[in-house]
Order: sequence, then structure tokens, then C-alpha cells
Amino acid sequence: MIRGGLIRWGLIRFAVALAGCAAMPFVLTEFQATLAGFVGIAAITALGLVMLTGISGQTSFGQATFVGLAAYATAVLARWHGWPPVAGLVPALAVAGGTAWLLGLVTSRISGHYLPLATIAWCASFFYLFGVLPGLGGYNGFGEIPALFPGVTRGQAAGLVGVALVGCYALCANLLESRTGRAMRALATSRIMAESLGIDTAGLARASFVLAAVLAGLAGWLFAHVQRYVSPSPFGLGASIEFVFMVVIGGAAHLGGAVVGAAIVVLLRDQLNELLPRLLGTAGNFETVAFSLCVILLLHYAPRGLFGALPRRVRLPSFAGAPALVRRQARPTGEVVLETAGLEKRFGGLVAARGISLSLRAGEILALIGPNGAGKSTTFNLISGALRPDAGRVRLLGRDLHGQGARLAAALGLARTFQHVKLLPEATVLDNVALGAHRRARAGMGRSMLRLDRAEERALLREAARQAARVGLGDVLAVPAGSLPLGRQRLVEIARALCLDPVALLLDEPAAGLRLQEKQALAELLRGLRAEGMAILLVEHDMDFVMGLADRVAVMDFGEMIAEGLPAAIQADRAVQEAYLGVAA
Amino acid sequence: MDEAIAAALLQDGLTTGAIYLLLAVGLLIAFSVTRVIFIPQGDLVSFAALTLAALIGRQVPGTLWLLDALCAAALAVGLFRRQWRALLAYGLAPAVLTAATVAAARFGAPALVGMALSVAIVTALGPLLYRFAYEPLGEASMLALLIASMALHFVLIGIGLYAFGAEGVSTPALTDTSFAVGSIDVSGQSLCVGGVSALLVGLLRWFFVRTLAGKALRAAASDRLGARLIGVDHMASGQAAFALASAAAAVSGILIAPITPLSYDTGFEIGLKGFVAAVIGGLASYPLAAAGALVVGVLESFSGFWASEYRNVIVFSLLVPVLVWLSLRSGGTEDRA
Repeated sequence: MIRGGLIRWGLIRFAVALAGCAAMPFVLTEFQATLAGFVGIAAITALGLVMLTGISGQTSFGQATFVGLAAYATAVLARWHGWPPVAGLVPALAVAGGTAWLLGLVTSRISGHYLPLATIAWCASFFYLFGVLPGLGGYNGFGEIPALFPGVTRGQAAGLVGVALVGCYALCANLLESRTGRAMRALATSRIMAESLGIDTAGLARASFVLAAVLAGLAGWLFAHVQRYVSPSPFGLGASIEFVFMVVIGGAAHLGGAVVGAAIVVLLRDQLNELLPRLLGTAGNFETVAFSLCVILLLHYAPRGLFGALPRRVRLPSFAGAPALVRRQARPTGEVVLETAGLEKRFGGLVAARGISLSLRAGEILALIGPNGAGKSTTFNLISGALRPDAGRVRLLGRDLHGQGARLAAALGLARTFQHVKLLPEATVLDNVALGAHRRARAGMGRSMLRLDRAEERALLREAARQAARVGLGDVLAVPAGSLPLGRQRLVEIARALCLDPVALLLDEPAAGLRLQEKQALAELLRGLRAEGMAILLVEHDMDFVMGLADRVAVMDFGEMIAEGLPAAIQADRAVQEAYLGVAA
Repeated sequence: MDEAIAAALLQDGLTTGAIYLLLAVGLLIAFSVTRVIFIPQGDLVSFAALTLAALIGRQVPGTLWLLDALCAAALAVGLFRRQWRALLAYGLAPAVLTAATVAAARFGAPALVGMALSVAIVTALGPLLYRFAYEPLGEASMLALLIASMALHFVLIGIGLYAFGAEGVSTPALTDTSFAVGSIDVSGQSLCVGGVSALLVGLLRWFFVRTLAGKALRAAASDRLGARLIGVDHMASGQAAFALASAAAAVSGILIAPITPLSYDTGFEIGLKGFVAAVIGGLASYPLAAAGALVVGVLESFSGFWASEYRNVIVFSLLVPVLVWLSLRSGGTEDRA
């Protein structure tokens, strides 16, 4: 059994790593073990940053803030209120996670490059707060914080730090191999795409933010009881930036990058701290200069970090024998599934679409055509919920979608592809396609981290493999999607859309970039779907493709519908000929 | 709080605000042309003040050697690529500046000459930093550019500590005069700061609206690819933008050094406040950034009076609601390219 083998192999690695970490205090000298402990603490924070930055695409220059919040929380409880250090863990995590949740309420509204700037702002704020809030010892901080357990030295504590790191690493690795992990990666690529697959991007962004903060909080709790001294400076902007450096050096998109980066930064700093002043003959923070120069050089020559430069071996997870996913009930052929009435969208003074009324029935292919700039894509985006109409409405299976956004549309059974392909270029074709089935499974972050989602996950992957094979991608399941030619990338999007188990399929120029044989195969696929009762709306430029395939054709020009009817009637329509050729033929 | 105190606080606030304004304008220019958030600009503020203080103390400033080292590297690269113009820009020009600075340090020089030399040295650093730290990153993501900025900031404070030590410096005031307007004392220094800041912003405006070089820079800022297609040299425009940004930093450093003592690492905090102002302007609008700079200055001065310890907390927390507002205005979730 391959599957059993894989799990056992993973468990063995996990056990070896755990044993290795636990053995550290017995093998290393006290000094070495202490250093290893600080590597571990930094690596836990860096793991969170990888999940946040490298995986879900949100940059934080403020992680040290959460380390600090947790460290101060447990330090105050242990030093001034007599709590045992172990009891301080929960409040420490709660303070870090809770603050992140509150900040996340605000920052999940912050988009693009404003987010890293906001994190800089609050990191600076919290640094000064730690320094001036009464009872925290000012900028000098306070010491005499009890050790993790009575009588445990820093070196001995390193064993515990190591165990915590291995545990966190395993939890994060499990999460990455789940539907939530895939959705987090989608977040980094395109939020519009993620929403169109039914992923709650704002909620997920907040959740990954809290996850990273909780990991930082764990590191802060360990830090307070290992260092046994807290002051604002290890939690300032400089420290936050150092975490970013670790991740950049190690490789932001890899969990291993967090550990390697943390080890390099902490160990090298320790070495350079002594070496450089001796070489240069004066005191100064040369190690920081050296690091920073390294980071600049890395950005120039290896922007994906050390781990990113390693060749990756792709191993497809096994899904043999998994049960099929529950399917939506097919609609009877001829039933109107999608209906728009009087749709209108303006961009400033430009009316991009006006008075668009369409209906799409189960088991038919409707083609939307028109010259460049006719408003086809706008209409497409209005229907799929990516754009909010200024007037008019969209009904899917009798439910009003007006202004509800793409996520609800996806949940109700509307799937779409994008004119400019939106895929996760580094992820495998199988993972990309499986994204489409996100809504058809339940497991959340917690269950995925504990691997309680395996049965469900195998079913998802099986469905993804089935749909990929259906569009003709069965031979490239393990290939990174970005390495396929553009035409086949469009097919990945179609397979992904099919994974939603939709009642209506909206395809934006699916035949663009396909070779003739591939076009014929695509037409065959669409006919097959139609026969199963799928309602298909097609925006397309390739007239041969459209006329041979569509049951009905709707024509747009200058934002309005100018004709609708059977392909042959449209080809003979004077208004359509004028729109395309400019003069009456 | 009586009127006199309020007026004094307002005057203080507007004075520092005028300095943040210069920095914010510099940041905006650099950002709009190169997409770089020039965090290390604040370190150049320190560099300018420390350079001037060194010259006043009859010492050759360490920044000069940094400049010469960067020029030598650029010269080597230029000669390797057989770009003979590099001889002039990276050979002759720094040689003249070095000679003048060493002479000024050896024999002493009037205050204005010292200031001019300091501004020249620090301004020249800007394009070179761009050349070596940012330019090779090309079309990298804004995030990579931001991380590079952070790294460069650390490099510069490390060099600052090495070159100047940890001591703070304060330079003599530009003028000691002060005069009364009604019941309020207006210091000549404040007027100087406000005047120089206004003059420079006016000059910049003239440069961008009236001159060909300025228009080329604006073109590069509004459409990078388009500007390249019509023959605007993107590397030259990036370097020019950085020269302007570092000139703003240098002048700010000279202006602020008589008011607040500066050490190698305090310029960063001043730079961050200019950055707050630039963000208030959405990293795009000069008038909004200018207003933001004055608001930050006044807010800082008044909160310094009421709750001096929370001064920085208040100023930096101001950013978060501003960013939320900016994001909502720009339409929520936008895709990263």
C-alpha cells in the first residue's frame, strides 16, 4: 500500500525529529543548546510568517509585536501574579491571537501594498506602548521571570523548544496539504479567482493572520521563560524585519525555509558578533550590516531563498479507492437556470453594459459574441458576481444574486473561467483543479492540521483527477500548472470549474490559444456536458468554434444587445454584419 | 493650556511638519518613479546632520568615504562596460567633491559652505544606493523592493554607527533672531525652516511642470513602460528621483539638526514620520501628503505636551485608520499582478 507507506514514512520522520530535538540538551554543551533554543524560538515565529507571507501572500512587518504581546503577558502573570509559567501559555496565546484577530478586522480591509505599511505602523506603535505602559518596566524591561520548570536551565529548555518547533512544523505541513492550505495559496495568487471558487477570502486572510500570530505567541511564551527577561527592543520593528529576513533567506514559500533561515540568522549573528569587530578593530553592529547586505544580494540573485533554489520533487498523494463526492442534482433539460434582466454597469461616464437580458437553460450552449470593447467581459463579470451591477438583476435557480458577490454565485452552482488565466503557477495541475472542489468539503484549519480530514481530502483529489482527465489533462497531473502552454492552462481552469459541480458554466474565451485538435476536443467536451444537462455560457472570438457549437448566439455592440437567435439567423443578421464589418453588407 | 502655549506648540508643530513635508515629498517622488518606498531616507537625514557636525568639528566625515567607495564601484562597473561617461560622473565629480570636503575639514569653512558640502555628499549617495540596491531588482514585486529598503536601512545605520559613533550631535542654529508677533514669539529658526521647505517645494514644482527633465520624470512615474517606449531612460529617471529624495533628506537633516540632536539612528524615526505623511497622501497625492505632514507635526507637538510618552504611539497609530480609508476608497480587494 503506497498510502500506508507514505503515512508511516511521515510518522517516522516526525518521530526522529522529535527525538533529535528532545536529545539536544544531552548531546550539546549548555551554550550550544541555548543557541539552538533561540534558533527554535525564532523558527516558530518564522513558520507563522511563512504561512502568512509565503503561502497566503500577506506580508507582515509586525510579527515581533505578537511575540512581545505573549511574552509580556506570561512574564507579567508569572513574575507579578505568581502564575506557574505553564499556566501562562493559554493567556499568552490568547493575547497574541486575540490582538491579531482585532487587528485583522481592520487589516483584512487593507489591500495591496498598504498592508505591509499598516503592519509597520502598528509594530512601531506597540514598541512604544511596551516602553511606556505602566507596570512593564519601561524601556529597560524587567527580569527574574521564572524558568519554564523550576531548575531547568536554558540549555535544557532547548529540548522543549525543539519539540514545540517540530510539532508546529508538522501541524503547518498538514495544513498545507489540505483544502485550506490550497485556498491559502489561492489567496496569494488572486482574490477574485479565490472568491469565484467559493472561498471566503477575507475570513481566510484573517484566519491565517491569527494562525501566524498564535505561532508568534508560542514563541513569545517560550522566549519569556527561556530568556527570563523581557524589554521592548526584541519586539520592535527591527526584530520584525529580522523575521522577514529569515524567511527571505530560507525561502518564503517553504516551511523548511523558516527553520533554515532562522538557523542561519541566529547562528551567524552569534559568530559574526565576535568575529567582525575583531577583524575591523572597533565595536559596531556589523553583523546586521553583513546580514542586510546578504539579504539584498539574495533578493538580486535568489529571490526565492535557499529552499526555493532547491529542485523539488513532486509526489502525488494517493487517492485510490476514495469515495466519490456527493453531486448536485442535475436540472431537467430546458429549465431556465440563469436569468438576467436589465443589467447595467457604468465606469464613470462610460456605459459598459446596458439593458442586458439573457436567459440560459439547462442543456444548452449560449454564445455571447461581439466586437472588441462591446462589453462582453463586463457582462460576464456582472453575471459571475465579480462586478456589482448598477442596475438590473441576476437570478440563478430562482435565487437573486444581486450584489452578493462571486462567492454566493459559486455556492449556488455557478462556475467560471478567466480570460487571463488565473492559476497557481507553482502548484501541480491536480492541486489547481482540486481548488475547484473547495466548497464540496468541510474540514477547517483545526481538523486539517490534525490530519482528521484525510478521507475527505482523498475524495477531493479523486474528483480533481477525474475532472482533469476529462478535459484531457490526465497525463500532467503532477506538473506545475505554470509550465503548461497557455491553451492547456485554460483547460486546467475548465477542469477546476467542473470540480465545483456547477449547474451553469461560464467560459471566457476558452478556445483562445488552443490548437485545432485541442479545439475539437474542447468542443466535444462541451457537447458532452450539454448532454448531461449543463448550462453553458461562452464568450468567444473564434466564429467557427462558436457557430459549430452554440445552440443560440447573443451579440453585443457598444454595451447593448443587438441580436439574439440561432447561429444561422445571426450570421444573416444585418445589424450584426454592420457591427462587425462597419458598413451594411 | 493658554493661548501662548498653544501658539508655541503650533509653531513647533508646523516647523517639524515642514521638515516632514520635505521628506514626504521626497518619498513620493522616489515611490512614483521607482515603486520603492525609500525607508532609508531617514538615515540620510542623520547622515546629513552628522556630516555637517563633522565638518564643523574640522573632521573629514565618514560619509565622504562611503560616497567614494560607491563611486569607485560604479566607476569600475562603468569602465568594465566601456561607458566612458562614468569617468566624469564617478571619477572626476567625486574627486572634486572629496578635495573640497577634505580642504574644508582641514582649513575650516564658512557655515554655508559646510552645509552645501553636506547636502552635496548626501544627495550624491541617493542615486548610487538606487544603482546598487534597487536597480538590479528590476521589475521585482513591491514587497521585494520594500524588503530591500529595510535591509538597506540596516546597512546604513550600521555604517552610520561605524563612521560617526553613537554620540548625538547638534549644530548651531541658522539664526538666533526671534521677534514678537502680538503676544507670540516667532523664532527665526522656525521661519528659516518653513521658508526653505516652501522654497524647495516650489522649486520642485517648477522643475516638474516647466522643465523637460521634470516632465520626463513625471512620464516615467505615470506609465513606466510607456515612458521607456518613448525613450525615457528608466535607470536615469530612477537615479534622478533618488537624487531628489536624498536631497530632500539632506536639507531636512541640516534644518532639523539645530532643533533636535541627531545620532546615527534617530533619523530613521524622523523618516518614518515623513513616511506616515506620504501614506496619508496615498503615496500619490502631493497636496494631501503636505497636509498630512503638517498634521503629523502638529499632532506630535500637541500630544508631546499632553501625553509626551504616548507621542509616537499616537502618530504611528494614526496610520491604521488612514490605510483602511485608502483601501476602501481604492475598492477593497485588488489583485496582485
